[in-house]
Amino acid sequence: MSHIILEVKDLVKRFGGLVASDIQHLEVKQGEIHALIGPNGAGKTTLLSQLSGEMKPDAGAILFEGEDISALPVHKRVQAGIARSYQITTLLPRLTVRENLALAVQARTGHSFDFLGTVMDETDLDEGAINTAARVGLSPELDQIVGTLSHGKQRLLELGMALACEPRLILLDEPMAGTDVEESHNMGTLMLSLKKQHTIILVEHDIDAVFRLADRISVLVSGKVIATGTAEEIKQNPAVITAYLGEEDADELEVSA
Amino acid sequence: MMNRFGPSHVKNTPLNTGLPNPWSAILVAVLLVTFPLAMSYMGEDFYIGMGSRILIMALAATALNLALGYGGMISLGHAAFLGIGGYTVAILAKAGLVSALLVFPLAILMASFAAFLIGLISLRTKGVYFIMITLAFAEVFYYLAISLPNFGGDDGLPLRTRSSVPGIRLDNALTFYFFVLLLSGLAIVLMYRLVSSRFGRAVVAIRENEKRMAAIGYPVYRIQLMAFTLSGGLAGLAGALLANLNMSVTPHMLDWHQSGILIVMVILGGSGYFWGGLTGAALFLILEEVIADHTEHWNLFLGAMLLFIVLAAPNGVMSLRDRVLGLFNRSGSNADSKGSSEQEVNK
Repeated sequence: MSHIILEVKDLVKRFGGLVASDIQHLEVKQGEIHALIGPNGAGKTTLLSQLSGEMKPDAGAILFEGEDISALPVHKRVQAGIARSYQITTLLPRLTVRENLALAVQARTGHSFDFLGTVMDETDLDEGAINTAARVGLSPELDQIVGTLSHGKQRLLELGMALACEPRLILLDEPMAGTDVEESHNMGTLMLSLKKQHTIILVEHDIDAVFRLADRISVLVSGKVIATGTAEEIKQNPAVITAYLGEEDADELEVSA
Repeated sequence: MMNRFGPSHVKNTPLNTGLPNPWSAILVAVLLVTFPLAMSYMGEDFYIGMGSRILIMALAATALNLALGYGGMISLGHAAFLGIGGYTVAILAKAGLVSALLVFPLAILMASFAAFLIGLISLRTKGVYFIMITLAFAEVFYYLAISLPNFGGDDGLPLRTRSSVPGIRLDNALTFYFFVLLLSGLAIVLMYRLVSSRFGRAVVAIRENEKRMAAIGYPVYRIQLMAFTLSGGLAGLAGALLANLNMSVTPHMLDWHQSGILIVMVILGGSGYFWGGLTGAALFLILEEVIADHTEHWNLFLGAMLLFIVLAAPNGVMSLRDRVLGLFNRSGSNADSKGSSEQEVNK
């Protein structure tokens, strides 16, 4: 397929005595949905936070488009083209959907230090907000206060906030958490439609969704990547079956697959 | 113009509540110009001085409002910037420099610089730690002021004359009032430009959710530092004016007690509301004056009054306007059920 957009090398993150990340090598290809799965506490979110810049690794390198970004702060990585969504909805709840998205667009315009210019013409921000809302299916809710939206719609806005940054790489932390069957199906369809323009790293507990959506899957256990491959390869990988799914669940998986 | 995103029924989101109504500016301007003229006509020079004091404290409270109300940076050290502005004027006066054109910009510069340095360190902390560290820095300046004999020590420094402005004599109460009004008016205009700019919007949004703002690409720390520095500079201007009003500076200007009063003023008037600082300062100083006229236990009664106001208007006096408008909208929206549900959303 296409070239490597993100490469993680010898990344180590410790919390006291606990090794939260110990990733020797991980590659993400341009245009793929690359899922990270693993049991609770495997270090998926920790890895994501190091990719986004919210956590500093203790050692190792993160190469984005060939350049080491591991020392850059969060906002510089957003400018470079990496945006994330959160597992726990992190929005501006007292603002409208439009205002939330317009803020993300404004960050790109670079006028946020223009503190004397009373900007009268906000059409650029407004258009960006309207377009992004349409992409995630929130056009009817554009002028609603975010805190009053249903959980599923807030999850869509989580994704919208990342999209409004026009990233090349999107980090999605459990976008389907707490959504119902229909919402999670819609989210999946949405992700597939994004794949053409964006690369997605997906952390998700809904294993069926992961197998359905992901081009490749990496399995994390205790901070280490124990396997990377397509859904079929992962399903048949004995190390994954024992380490992650457990013996009993493994049988179930054979049946359902 | 006030509501720049979306239709008017969503006007009251935090991005808009901090922007003033254009009519309110005219009302305030008319009030502030006619009041001293009326007092001068009635020969009540005392109240003109009182008006100057209110304006100066309103400017200081407005400066704090930028950091505290708009930015969510609860600084318990803003008296330091007030004091640095005042001491700059007094120390330069002692050295023989009294030209307002020179000492006022220097006072603002010194206070901004102090705010920049304090912000540089304090803004790496959050919540209670931020409050405590700003307090600690302010106390450093307080003890510096009382321990340096050159700066007057405990007694402070007297000013022999007010700062000199070409063509104007500031020792006249009315002239001085208008001098204060001119400078605080300019500062208010600057403040308006700030809060209505994209920068101001980012400051408010960071208050609402710092983590998200970083995640969509804002340099949160730098924006907060900039807002804190500007806030300190404005407080420094208030300090320079206060030194001129009192014809002296004392360490009390930098006392944490003074920082506390500024916070009370902001909360009383409406934290994050454009006229919150002015309303709070005016209310506080007028209440203090009126009550002190009647009883020597004025502190007790002032406290009770403030408690009453805060209970009646938990978000400050300026928030009452939104609440009254909200009532109107709700009663008027019975005919239009869609409108009413959206108003509920606003609450």
